[in-house]
Amino acid sequence: MTETSRNGEYDDWLDSIEAGEGYYVECDEGHGWLPPRRVCPDCGSRELREEPLPDSGEIATHTTITVATPQFEDDAPYVTAIADFGPVSVTGLVRGVDPEDVSMADVVGIEVGERETTGERAVVFRPR
Amino acid sequence: MPDPRIAGAGVTQFGKHPERTGRDLFADAGLEALDQSGVEPEDVDALYYGNFMGELAEHQGHQGPLMAEAIGIDAPATRLEAACASAGAAVREAVKTLRNGESEVVVVGGAERMTNIGTAAATDALAIAADDLYEVRAGMTFPGAYALMARAYFAEYGGSHEDLGHVAVKNHEHALVNDHAQIQSEITLDEAMEAPTIAAPLGLYDSCPITDGAAAAVLTTEEYAAEHDLDAPVVISGSGQGGDNLALQDRPHLARTPAAEKAAEEAYADAGIEAGDVDVAEVHDCFTIAEVLAIESLGLFDPGEGIHAATEGVTTRHGEMPVNLSGGLKAKGHPVGATGVAQLATIAWVLDGTHPRADAVPDGRVGVAHNAGGTVASTTVHVLEVRE
Repeated sequence: MTETSRNGEYDDWLDSIEAGEGYYVECDEGHGWLPPRRVCPDCGSRELREEPLPDSGEIATHTTITVATPQFEDDAPYVTAIADFGPVSVTGLVRGVDPEDVSMADVVGIEVGERETTGERAVVFRPR
Repeated sequence: MPDPRIAGAGVTQFGKHPERTGRDLFADAGLEALDQSGVEPEDVDALYYGNFMGELAEHQGHQGPLMAEAIGIDAPATRLEAACASAGAAVREAVKTLRNGESEVVVVGGAERMTNIGTAAATDALAIAADDLYEVRAGMTFPGAYALMARAYFAEYGGSHEDLGHVAVKNHEHALVNDHAQIQSEITLDEAMEAPTIAAPLGLYDSCPITDGAAAAVLTTEEYAAEHDLDAPVVISGSGQGGDNLALQDRPHLARTPAAEKAAEEAYADAGIEAGDVDVAEVHDCFTIAEVLAIESLGLFDPGEGIHAATEGVTTRHGEMPVNLSGGLKAKGHPVGATGVAQLATIAWVLDGTHPRADAVPDGRVGVAHNAGGTVASTTVHVLEVRE
């Protein structure tokens, strides 16, 4: 990987979130995944279609990280969470709320932000 | 199909050895294992070797042949990488090749050099066992990943950080007499509770240390052991491996580890035993919550009950089901690529009565070793039995 290389469908997906047109991919049996996916790991289907990502999700679990990797050194402490968006779950940074006030089942929206340490893009959740 | 026998094992002192190369560490463990086994090095047919972060920590890939050289064996050597389950995967390959008749004598082992790059770089290196695009770029560290699982567990089954503290206190106490252990000091529950937070709700004492070390074992067939009159009373009677989605976000259940459940089911069926037959277990407690998830996935405790096992004393050396008599990863240390074979060695020594904590199970016949990679996307389980 170089700094100028894109990560294919992953960066396309971030672009879609930035544009307010987020999506996920789904097979005929309703299993949802984030791209890139060629095959549904649940049922093996190769027929995956894009569906709109719901506007909001619920925090399924979260943590406040104080010991970070060098890529997040200036971000710490920060909250990382997995949010349930129905057919898919997404991992992201929770911003716009005091870490102490983040709770299970909080409703959040999804957007793309920047890491404070590196300026690279990251998935960000904000309370709704 | 005759079960492979463990003819000898060697484990370095786990700890901070930043100036020692991986090959030097592995030579210590491998030569000790060979010497203990009584096997001639020229009889070794293969080396299976676990290592995770060699490229990042030592700028060294292709470590299989390097490690064969380091212990003076001229045999095909393969490195296996399954994150923290790398050595468990190596054991599984060794068992297969001995059972299918390709080999008569195999060295299995692993090593990791970690402290030379410092805590931040080691945290970064460990993180690459997670999904880079969807987890690492969202700030997930390994303590962070297990913190996510801990919070999900508490929400589903109950339990508290204090229950996890009892796991840490237990494993530190177990390690007191283990000279291989990185940390040989007791901690109190208050100390565990008051330790600095790493990734809430997990604190410093919920986490295993960053460790340098190596482990190796010599495995052989029933026939070879008999022909050469080897003292090898412990067999590997069951082997299993399970997998799961790499990213936590893609799993339907954050408070269970189905990969380990699959591995245990396969290993128990292979050995012809049930969970109730197990006398002692070494499990992958890279974080205190990981021990809870492990003992439930092994069927030693029902889902939701493992969290109370240490609190109630059941998994202590005085309890009905001692877990991590070595001190576990928590106190013994976790040189990632070596851990699975170190667990194997511990169970073998407990069952043959030579481990300093063997008195916890004086009549123990059956032990299990549970080695988990990443957030349990890879898991191996091996059943060991005494068979004179």
